[in-house]
Amino acid sequence: MTDSTQNSTRIITLKLLAVVVAMFVFAIYVMPPLYNLFCDITGLNGKTGGRYQPTEIVVDTSRQVTVQFLATNNENMPWRFQPVLQSVKVHPGEEVEIRYYAQNPTSRDMVAQAVPSLVPFKATDYFHKTECFCFNQQPLAAGSSAELPLRFIVDQDIPDQLHTITLSYTLFDITGKFGADEGAVSALVEPDTATVENTALAMNRFANEPAVSGL
Amino acid sequence: MFIRERRLFACLLVLVTGLGSSALALADEMAEGVERWGVNMTQGVTPVSRDVYGLHMDIFWWCVGIGVVVFGVMFYTMIVHRKSNGAKASNFHESTTLEILWTVVPFLILIVMAIPATSSLLKIYDTDEADMDIMITGYQWKWKYEYLGQEVSFFSNLNTPLDQIQNRAPKGPNYLLEVDEPLVIPVKKKVRFLITANDVIHAWWVPDLAVKRDAVPGYVNESWAYVDEPGIYRGQCAELCGKDHGFMPIVVKALPQDEYDQWLDEKREAAAAIKALTEKTFEFDELYAQGEKIYNSVCAACHQPGGAGIPGTFPAIKGSPIATGPMQAHLEMVVHGSSKNPAMQAYGPQISEVDIASVITYQRNAFGNNMGDSVQPIDVLKFKQGK
Amino acid sequence: MAHGPAKGISRWLFTTNHKDIGTMYLWFSFAMFLLGGVFALVIRAELFEPGLQIVEPAFFNQMTTMHGLVMVFGAVMPAFVGLANWLIPMMIGAPDMALPRMNNWSFWILPFAFAMLASTLLMEGGAPNFGWTFYAPLSTTYAPPSVTFFIFAVHIMGASSIMGAINIIATILNMRAPGMTLMKMPLFVWTWLITAYLLIAVMPVLAGVVTMMLMDIHFNTSFFDAAGGGDPVLFQHVFWFFGHPEVYIMILPAFGVVSQIIPTFARKPLFGYASMVYATSSIAFLSFIVWAHHMFTVGMPVAGELFFMYATMLIAVPTGVKVFNWITTMFRGSMTFETPMLFSVAFVILFTIGGFSGLMLAIAPADFQYHDTYFVVAHFHYVLVPGAIFSITAAVYYWLPKWCGNMYNETMGKTHFWMAFIGLNLTFFPMHFVGLAGMPRRIPDYALQFADFNMIASMGAFLFGAAQILFLFNVIATIRGGKKATDEVWENPEGLEWTVPSPAPYHTFSVPPEVK
Repeated sequence: MTDSTQNSTRIITLKLLAVVVAMFVFAIYVMPPLYNLFCDITGLNGKTGGRYQPTEIVVDTSRQVTVQFLATNNENMPWRFQPVLQSVKVHPGEEVEIRYYAQNPTSRDMVAQAVPSLVPFKATDYFHKTECFCFNQQPLAAGSSAELPLRFIVDQDIPDQLHTITLSYTLFDITGKFGADEGAVSALVEPDTATVENTALAMNRFANEPAVSGL
Repeated sequence: MFIRERRLFACLLVLVTGLGSSALALADEMAEGVERWGVNMTQGVTPVSRDVYGLHMDIFWWCVGIGVVVFGVMFYTMIVHRKSNGAKASNFHESTTLEILWTVVPFLILIVMAIPATSSLLKIYDTDEADMDIMITGYQWKWKYEYLGQEVSFFSNLNTPLDQIQNRAPKGPNYLLEVDEPLVIPVKKKVRFLITANDVIHAWWVPDLAVKRDAVPGYVNESWAYVDEPGIYRGQCAELCGKDHGFMPIVVKALPQDEYDQWLDEKREAAAAIKALTEKTFEFDELYAQGEKIYNSVCAACHQPGGAGIPGTFPAIKGSPIATGPMQAHLEMVVHGSSKNPAMQAYGPQISEVDIASVITYQRNAFGNNMGDSVQPIDVLKFKQGK
Repeated sequence: MAHGPAKGISRWLFTTNHKDIGTMYLWFSFAMFLLGGVFALVIRAELFEPGLQIVEPAFFNQMTTMHGLVMVFGAVMPAFVGLANWLIPMMIGAPDMALPRMNNWSFWILPFAFAMLASTLLMEGGAPNFGWTFYAPLSTTYAPPSVTFFIFAVHIMGASSIMGAINIIATILNMRAPGMTLMKMPLFVWTWLITAYLLIAVMPVLAGVVTMMLMDIHFNTSFFDAAGGGDPVLFQHVFWFFGHPEVYIMILPAFGVVSQIIPTFARKPLFGYASMVYATSSIAFLSFIVWAHHMFTVGMPVAGELFFMYATMLIAVPTGVKVFNWITTMFRGSMTFETPMLFSVAFVILFTIGGFSGLMLAIAPADFQYHDTYFVVAHFHYVLVPGAIFSITAAVYYWLPKWCGNMYNETMGKTHFWMAFIGLNLTFFPMHFVGLAGMPRRIPDYALQFADFNMIASMGAFLFGAAQILFLFNVIATIRGGKKATDEVWENPEGLEWTVPSPAPYHTFSVPPEVK
């Protein structure tokens, strides 16, 4: 092998190694954020994006869109978790607040994370959350309950063909994971009276519901 | 050499023409809907499934057509242009016309195929304005169906007996495609399915409805079906989801509207009746007997019928610290599941208080555990509510 | 430097000779082919009849996973690297590979990777059981403890492939004999050059995806866990960004092999050499923008679904060009059908059938019915078994006389071909039918209407397995003796490798040949 061949072999090898390292870095550090960005743009997986700053609001009173609310517990998440209303009809452009009821029936303090998902995917561009319990981890002390607020606006530009939007929250138990701070639980303030009243209402609602009939 | 080549060649030819003609014979058979040797996709019972079937057959016939031309030329040349036939090799190795031709023609065929495929896809994605919504959740290894706004929800488990699977009893006609509680839907209604999962990824698939959607934990997928004939339609989980992936079938029962309404009422009454039972105090023997049934249908898949578990994967119930320890811990494990091992699910939301009380009573007294104690449904309810 | 090989075991441990390393790669891949084949036969034996007879469902899943991993990373990829090692230097008139010491390393880490992977079968909780595609969270939160060993094994395999690919690129770009311009290179060299670039681009992505899994499992990150802001679907996107180019990594060198063999036995130059190169390059390019066709049912916005459907359908065009070129090469030739030609002809026919089912799978609405059924299993086995495996077999028969100086036994070779051909079609053709009729893949037991075809498939699989034993016997017999091969071996074959004596001397082209 001549010296010049050896030299160019070394150069090629280094260049290719650089590509290898670059692709590895690309896979770990670029693809996940790129994917999230892609999801935000296209509504892939029904991801709904972060907090929305309303600009100019024009309420379109000529039509209504039905927004449905779903709740799912992931794996062994033992909390009771339900939307207080199963669905609402809203005018595009108007800001609406609804609540999810959550109760930790266990004897341990826990932290939860709610993950939103919205269908149809094409509606994600037209659904904005101005306040959501899914923006933060939600701690609940043993045996306590809370009403978790969600404020949203359905965009006034939503196409006419879209009549129903379904928003689902899946509740994950993240106690002791992903930096969930159990200290946050003990620092919880007592729920204010209004919430307690609402909670009582919610409890009544559940009492009327049949238990899961597995037989 | 010459003769042997010939003979081998004849074999190849017979085989390939055999394949070709059986493909044609197949087309006839499909029309007749041969049951035993199921060879083709079902036409299904929804407008979408018939569209999909049409697309499938179109692309299939395009492929057959291209195949006949391509393989025809190929076999012609293999038979005629043989050295043993005295063929002399020519030396051509380029032809721009030909090469452009066979780039452009396939491209045009693809465009012809892409047009109907696009319109079918848009139809599949049009889930708006459904008449009713059903939430489907995949669990390891069962499905949960929740009729949104109807206050009806239940789990659907495989109910083929273990004896059939382990070849101790003759297999029934719907072997592995039968469940304890089918999903019941009305015909001639646009039913929207909201599909998610509790643990790992599953996929809900019913061929007759042409619905196959992945159930991803944390995310919701949607699809829809408009069934126009009453009947029973069977499907299976289509995404590897662990040990019993092959044992979580789907059965959809499509009923006329009035029968569906009646079913829905019965479902609600049954739920109320079970709820009423929660208040009742049961004898030990009643709980034990019911518990044995529940154990075999719910627990035995992992913990095994004898309670010995599978070492390294599924813990034993026989002599376990939970089943022979304090009642509170046992309730905690069954109602809320294990916080360490996700394979042990939370059964609190899955089975009734009566069944939880029964199965706990059974586990504490079967397999030589002999704890002698039992728990009542009302205690389970109190535990669930955190009291 | 000695002119012959060193003696004893140290010849193999420390060798930097491309021929020795090529030989080791080929034997290793054959051993893995038999191991993966045994796993496949366990699967087919269990599926012989409905009901659970031989293995438990948990073990069945380990078998499907290990079969896929061993065949893809242990059998097909190392076999092509072995062929590249043996042939590329001889085809371009180079004395050896550009980086001989790295060549030794890239082979010798492979046995450790596979020993580690195979040892998971004996671990508590069993071997990986989440399929060769190892979708999260089944492969993270729900994985057996052996998953960590699986991850390290994949890392080592990846490192080996990357080293091999760097070596091949450096050899091809730097070591060609004077006059051997790029557009004069044999197609096998061309397809390997493109394959090597694909490997460089995507093996790091595979390493990345298993690294993310490792961190999720052991270091509390949440790349694939929705609870911590991740997404299990992200796993699939990253995996298939690797996975789709990967399937072309397994087929492009096969195109090269067949493009060498068909002209020899048609006694006619390859038709459309330049368009073959362009078609291969465009297939490689397209492979980067079609990955999500593996995920049509996962839930994508309709625009994404359409994009991936159109891009996937487009692949049919360059692939069609290749098939047409091979057939036109045969047209008005003067053909004989020795074993390498039989395998190559079967490659063209059966690969085309696999291409047809691929085109059907590209149609997204129809894919909602095909996805994750035996139709898919039939499709990719039609592309990989007659594709990769048949072309490797054809290559071994074609170049074996050059490698060891003896002719193989033609009768035995043809018997091998017909057994393999019939076995393969019996095994995989019925899978189209059961798939269309509704049988999902990766299930240990099935409903009664699938029973007849499954029984046929199982019998075909054992026939195919038996054929490989005959192959092994034939190869060993040829190495040990048999009729002496001439230097040209075949009638006027094209290529520099036929200008050296048979068997090829330990060192070839120490002085570069002159290429006109």
